[in-house]
Amino acid sequence: MTAIKRETARGDLVRFAAFTVVILTMPLWLVPFGAAYPDLMQKFAIYGLFAIGFNILFGLTGYLSFGHAAFLGVGSYTAVWSFKLLGMNPLPAIGLAILLAGAFAWVIGFVSLRRTGIYFSILTLAFAQMSYNLAYSVLTPITNGETGLRVLNSDPRVLDHMIGAGEVEGSLVATLFGVEMNGLPGFYFCAVWLLIGMFVSFKIFRSPFGLMLQAIKSNQNRLNYTGINTRPYALTAFVISGMYAGLAGALLCVTDPLAGAERMQWTASGEVVLMTILGGAGTLLGPMLGAGIIKYSENIFSAFNEQTLHQIFGVLPDGVEGAVVSVAGLFVGEGWHLTLGLLFMLIVIFLPGGLIEGGRRIAGALSRSRKGGGIDHAHPQAAE
Amino acid sequence: MDAILLQILNGLDKGGAYALIALGLTLVFGTLGVVNFAHGALFMLGAFCAVSFNQLIGLEKVTVDPTQMTPWGTPLEIRVPMIEDWLGATGTFILDYSVPFSILMAIPVMIIVGLIMERGLIQFFYRRTHAEQILVTFGLAIVLQELIKTWFGANPIPQVPPDTVRGAADVGTLIGFEAGQIVYPYWRLIYFLFSALIIGGVFAFLQLTTFGMVVRAGMADRETVGLFGIDIERRFTIVFGLAAVVAGLAGVMYTPILPPDYHMGMDFLVLSFVVVVVGGMGSLPGAVAAGFLLGVLQSFASMTEVKSVLPGIDQIIIYLVAVIILLVRPRGLMGRKGVMES
Repeated sequence: MTAIKRETARGDLVRFAAFTVVILTMPLWLVPFGAAYPDLMQKFAIYGLFAIGFNILFGLTGYLSFGHAAFLGVGSYTAVWSFKLLGMNPLPAIGLAILLAGAFAWVIGFVSLRRTGIYFSILTLAFAQMSYNLAYSVLTPITNGETGLRVLNSDPRVLDHMIGAGEVEGSLVATLFGVEMNGLPGFYFCAVWLLIGMFVSFKIFRSPFGLMLQAIKSNQNRLNYTGINTRPYALTAFVISGMYAGLAGALLCVTDPLAGAERMQWTASGEVVLMTILGGAGTLLGPMLGAGIIKYSENIFSAFNEQTLHQIFGVLPDGVEGAVVSVAGLFVGEGWHLTLGLLFMLIVIFLPGGLIEGGRRIAGALSRSRKGGGIDHAHPQAAE
Repeated sequence: MDAILLQILNGLDKGGAYALIALGLTLVFGTLGVVNFAHGALFMLGAFCAVSFNQLIGLEKVTVDPTQMTPWGTPLEIRVPMIEDWLGATGTFILDYSVPFSILMAIPVMIIVGLIMERGLIQFFYRRTHAEQILVTFGLAIVLQELIKTWFGANPIPQVPPDTVRGAADVGTLIGFEAGQIVYPYWRLIYFLFSALIIGGVFAFLQLTTFGMVVRAGMADRETVGLFGIDIERRFTIVFGLAAVVAGLAGVMYTPILPPDYHMGMDFLVLSFVVVVVGGMGSLPGAVAAGFLLGVLQSFASMTEVKSVLPGIDQIIIYLVAVIILLVRPRGLMGRKGVMES
């Protein structure tokens, strides 16, 4: 019964406090990793939110959605439209993006959740591809097609003009009470939303509602036999995770006011699935960890080129060096997707529970060997 | 009337490709119980078999002819494909028919690729969840397409059909229309016939041979077949190889219609999965019927008359049909009960 003890409210509070400290001090402890610049940290926070939201659906209920990028895209477009019509204040943009993405998720979820298993995955994929194709073609007046939607100086921006901030020199940036939302302030803005999102996720995981979602994952049939209609619960989870995606999409536009349709493509949906399972689906911190690792390695690997490789492997003898560089060259720069695909496979093959479960297994093995083969603590807990 | 016939014809070649890929997907799913997201990559690998075969036989022998001069004053280089040099007229013939001939290369290559894939990866996923199967094969698909991208580059590589069938056929005259009303490229007709042939072959193989009978028995009740002392897993592995060949050949023959590039597999895979689901997971006739149905529907939706009424419909028709069918007929057109529902 260690599991229940570990889930006390106080334990959660401690964990959440630790998480807060870790996130807020990111600009400090990321320095040795060479990742302490705001653009990247904003990505950590934003994609962390996206994955945390996805995890509420996939991790808790087991419904594998392949179309979550659609909500990200809806959030982005809504945010940019809010910038265009209302003004560069990020708060209305975020509010509207969450609402609209939630509504959109409700419609798609209402239809898709009629089916389970792979049928559900295909339905969500179908809806996302429809949105993507429409955004590229017919909806061009709204989405500006391939060029992407951006804020122009000639846009109405009603609120900005009301407070007299209508005329801006140079490019337009989201501005919260006079602070421009790029660089470090932008990161902290995202980080605050990340903390809110994380807190909500903690609450959901520990609530009766969260237990119900886990029950759906472990045996939906049994729930149905006991007379419980599971669909409203699953739909709520779907809408909540859609709202997280909308929020993430809006934040992407807050830090860089540009929305493009490629954000909605199904490869983007695949990426968030990967983040979640890499960290550990169904765990609280896993998705954030996965998002951080993916975005970090994307950044590092895709920045490498032949010259940096030659520098790294310069100590090797000439012939060997050439071979090593040409092999390693496959995996970096343009070839980063190859690394991503391999990572995807390796994780699913060897560590289906994700990194968090891997860590727990190691910890379990250590404590077992210390106690000389005592009780097995390594049982994966869905709620962890 | 002629416009309608033309649209049906237009949809048939694409429908043929969907049907062939969906057929393989369904075979693999029905036998091994594995949802294979890397199946589109097999289609793409087939297409690149055609590309590499073409590049291989296109290797040229360069001889310098000192008696002739180019306008720039250098000796004229005469480039002759080696195969022409060796085989003469036969070589020219092979060069011209490189796409059909690459089938000879694609079959062994696809069998080997399929067997390696099944033994090396898929077999460890028989008893894992469908989500995990989807994820691991999705990763494999990314790896395969990135490898192709590093080797062949990111740009599409056009392939040409043989000279004799390069033009278009006046199909209309055959069925009593005036000349010039229903004109249709030969190669697309050939593709449709080819896909029909392959589909017929697969069905005949499953229905008429002992091997096929055992496989069908295994699909219905794998345990009982095992109790008869038949190594059903081995046969299923061969079925996987067969599905790989079908997807590969679909890719080879599709190259003159669509210049192959590294992401064509993914593009077709998503659609083919929709096709499989519409047809009914686990139903082979369903997969084939849905493939042609959606291909034809897609071509109707891209008519200008339809587009002017419902703008953008050509982009979403397949998904829209899938959504409607899944809501009205939850198991797809011909799906069986209890497949993939947990």
